[in-house]
Amino acid sequence: MDMFIKQRIKAIKKGDQSAFADIVEMYKDKIYQLCYRMLGNRHEAEDAAQEAFIRAYVNIHTYDPTMKFSSWLYRIATNLSIDRMRKKKPDVYLDAEVSGTDGLTMYSQLADEGASPEDALESLELQQMVQEAILKLPEKYRTVIVLKYIDELSLQEISDILNLPIGTVKTRIHRGREALRKHLGHL
Amino acid sequence: MPCSEKIVQWMHDYLDGDIQKEEEQRLRSHIQQCEACREHFYALEKTVAFVENVSHFTPSDDFVKKVMYNLPREKRRVRWKRWFTHHPFLTAASLFFLLSTSSLWAVWQEDNEFSFSKQEHLIVQNHTVIVPEGKVVEGDIVVRNGDIKIEGEVHGNVTVINGHKYLASAGEVTGQIEEVNEVFDWIWYNVKRVGYNIAKTLTK
Repeated sequence: MDMFIKQRIKAIKKGDQSAFADIVEMYKDKIYQLCYRMLGNRHEAEDAAQEAFIRAYVNIHTYDPTMKFSSWLYRIATNLSIDRMRKKKPDVYLDAEVSGTDGLTMYSQLADEGASPEDALESLELQQMVQEAILKLPEKYRTVIVLKYIDELSLQEISDILNLPIGTVKTRIHRGREALRKHLGHL
Repeated sequence: MPCSEKIVQWMHDYLDGDIQKEEEQRLRSHIQQCEACREHFYALEKTVAFVENVSHFTPSDDFVKKVMYNLPREKRRVRWKRWFTHHPFLTAASLFFLLSTSSLWAVWQEDNEFSFSKQEHLIVQNHTVIVPEGKVVEGDIVVRNGDIKIEGEVHGNVTVINGHKYLASAGEVTGQIEEVNEVFDWIWYNVKRVGYNIAKTLTK
């Protein structure tokens, strides 16, 4: 896997665009997911994710191979999403797009384990509440929560992506979890 | 409200999967006894489960295409290189064509000497072959790197390579007259000649 990515990056650095298509194919879902949960709007997420990939391509020469490639890509997407969040007016949050139903059917195909929170999530209303709770988080907590729980990254990876000490990442995750608990813990 | 900051810290350490065994045991026993802390902990666990299992969405189907379309244009050289590796047969064919034409081109360049087919009655003046007035030349004439002036009659074909033909009003050629001045004409002329020779040997 790593070899594959290294080869692709070499080819991209030589200017071969088709090699970049493989990279986009590989990471598009993860990057899109990150942008979507950060921005709360599918259209904007699509736009941001595309821009993230284009930035990665243009700046491929600044990629330091000692860093995990995915972390570098996440860093670009995270910074871009934060930029866009800041540019947005807060009132946009209120009418942020509600999670559609497309994901639900996929979700309901997952293993059934009785009346767990996972099952409760099948309700559209709950999906919406989770999304709103995430969007209500201040930017620095939202970033770590999304990276940890939506993109399922380790604390070490998050620390690399955000260029923050692990201790700081942990503190932010703790605070983010507490803030989410206030909205979701009573359900 | 939970009992202390320390207990809450342990809860989060536990959720991070980053807790000492001893602390985990103390957390467990405390949660069993204390309802407030138990509720707080369950609420946190539930929250995490909600967020972890929220639906995943995928970008549009033509996401990759859109990204690729918006990239700055790649270097020409790379495009050619990829094309060559993807079309080995065409690459070999074009390479063959290139080599064969370049060798003919080399011959064309090197061969600068004036020469002509030996035929009766021909007069030569300053790289110009003259078919004199009132004379009849029986056979083909090929002139290289020179001109031909036809004032008499030629019973055959006339070919001028890298030169010009001048046909006087009284002059006459029964066969074809051809001027070959460009390298492509030269190549074509060679191809035709080879074809003609093959046909000739076959009919014999």
